[in-house]
Amino acid sequence: MTSRLRRRPLGWPRRLARLVLIVLALVFLLLFLVLPLTTVFIEAFRQGVGAFVEAIRQPEALSAMRLTLLVATIAVPLNVVFGVAAAWAMTRFQFRGKAFLGALIDLPFSVSPVISGLIYVLMFGAQGWFGPWLERHDIKIIFAVPGLVLATVFITLPFVARELIPLMESQGSEEEEAARVLGASGWQMFFRVTLPNIRWALLYGVLLCNARAMGEFGAVSVVSGHIRGLTTTMPLEVEMRYNEYDYVGAFAVASLLALLALLTLGIKTLMEWRYGDELATHAPGGH
Amino acid sequence: MTLELSHLNRRFAGFSALDEVSLSIAPGEFLALLGPSGSGKTTLLRILAGLDYPDSGSVLKGEEDFLATPARERRIGMVFQHYALFRHLTVTENIAFGLRVRPWRTRPSRAKIHERVDRLLARVQLDGLGGRYPTQLSGGQRQRVALARALAVEPDLLLLDEPFGALDALVRVSLRRWLRELHEELKLTTVFVTHDQEEALELADRVAVMNQGRIEQVDTPEVIYHQPATPFVCEFIGKVNKFGVRRHAGGLAAGAWVCEGDPWPERYNAAWAYVRPEQLRLAVPPAQPAWDAWLRHIYLAGSVAHLDLHVPSLDQSLEADVASEDLARLGLQAGMRLRVAPRSAVLFAQDAGGHTVERERWIWHAQDRVHA
Repeated sequence: MTSRLRRRPLGWPRRLARLVLIVLALVFLLLFLVLPLTTVFIEAFRQGVGAFVEAIRQPEALSAMRLTLLVATIAVPLNVVFGVAAAWAMTRFQFRGKAFLGALIDLPFSVSPVISGLIYVLMFGAQGWFGPWLERHDIKIIFAVPGLVLATVFITLPFVARELIPLMESQGSEEEEAARVLGASGWQMFFRVTLPNIRWALLYGVLLCNARAMGEFGAVSVVSGHIRGLTTTMPLEVEMRYNEYDYVGAFAVASLLALLALLTLGIKTLMEWRYGDELATHAPGGH
Repeated sequence: MTLELSHLNRRFAGFSALDEVSLSIAPGEFLALLGPSGSGKTTLLRILAGLDYPDSGSVLKGEEDFLATPARERRIGMVFQHYALFRHLTVTENIAFGLRVRPWRTRPSRAKIHERVDRLLARVQLDGLGGRYPTQLSGGQRQRVALARALAVEPDLLLLDEPFGALDALVRVSLRRWLRELHEELKLTTVFVTHDQEEALELADRVAVMNQGRIEQVDTPEVIYHQPATPFVCEFIGKVNKFGVRRHAGGLAAGAWVCEGDPWPERYNAAWAYVRPEQLRLAVPPAQPAWDAWLRHIYLAGSVAHLDLHVPSLDQSLEADVASEDLARLGLQAGMRLRVAPRSAVLFAQDAGGHTVERERWIWHAQDRVHA
């Protein structure tokens, strides 16, 4: 029945509808995605390659890149550990408050990033709960690197866990039980059975987590204090340069971030094409 | 060594999966745990495997407390219902898994592992398929890989969870004959869970029939079939006709039929009678007590014919089985009248309140063995 329907040529109203929809989607994509992205690169190279290179070789730019890399290098592994542990707990155990834990994992998606940053200021800032104690012991969190890391970890918390939970749910625990009966220790079971079964989903989660960790603006902006060369990550550097009318500089750094996004997208597409069946059906939203 | 399970209890939220289960498993025996879903049979198997623990009760293997032994030290081979093959490993790697995860002191050398895997592949008739991944195998092949993987660790106890459940009918029968032969050869103590009574009766040395977390009866397939211990076993194993009998002057009777002898004089005045379809005589001579029945329909199922008999005096239908080739010999045709009586029956007393008294069982046989 369906095949016969499909083979029959479409009538003109349906053909027209199809055309309109496709054109609409294309125009939309072009206008809101491709055009701005191209602008970033055009603006970055507006005054030639020399100016571009000069802009990203400035010490502030280099330090921003270093800081961004540092924050991601700390935040992403932390999230891998948390994500795997949370997914394990959620899918392998029955316990009171499981639904609550699930909601908690999603919290960073539903809370505005600015609020997320503010939470840390309220807790660790000079007027915050732990502020006086931290000051007495000369520990700096807000307006310093630890604050940036905390805010980034909070924002990226759901990425790995949300990617793993549906997959591990559908795979079930039979293979793990088989490994145990066959004499595997807990770690052997994890490294020889669990990890290989979730590896692509885990990598996918890490990729998304990393993209967000490097690109996060809101939460990081609140806790950063914008100290040039010390607490300015790449997205913050872009904003600061833009506000200082340094368009080439702003777009040059922005183009690096955009390049990272494109690279992530490329690997993501490649993985979906190659390992689609091993990945969770829906990716976490909230970029 | 005998495995002694005593007074095992396991409760899940709201229901009792195991209720005072005691059972002893002799070395080398092939034991079936048979029951409907939710009867606790899989829970019992998982407790033996060390994947679940009872709330109370004990499992002893000789002097050793089996429950205190971690799963990995119990020397168990288990075949899961859906096989649980490691999807990212080849057949060879799957089979070798249990040997490779051993601590290096007890781990066989590479060459030894290789040799054992090859031998097992031959044993389960999968030579040459060692390089395949589980997804490249048929259901029956996967099942045999799972079995080879379980046997590779040289277990003392083999546990099979619905081993044939996911296979189609033809493969199922041939695999279970093969499994029985393998058991004859290896003499490995084997416990398998099934909801398929035919499978249990055909394969096992002994069958434990489970219902609602309790073991109703443990015995050889013949005894389970011919001398069921409880009404549940009667109804769960094989097909059975059930009708009520009441005390009359001559004994316990239903309609025109009376069973001679009385195990419960002056104690019980009613009972439930269970009669197997093949235990119904179809052409009883007029001298003997029998029911008048109307043959409503003949269902021919290959070698056996199922007869749908309506007995007005009982106000119910009975089923009788005869060999198909006897249909013509007996001149049976739909619509004809027959005189029908049981050849044997299992009776359970009913107390004054109408409740079945499961302890009071009586196995009745017709005294004049006339073959219809």
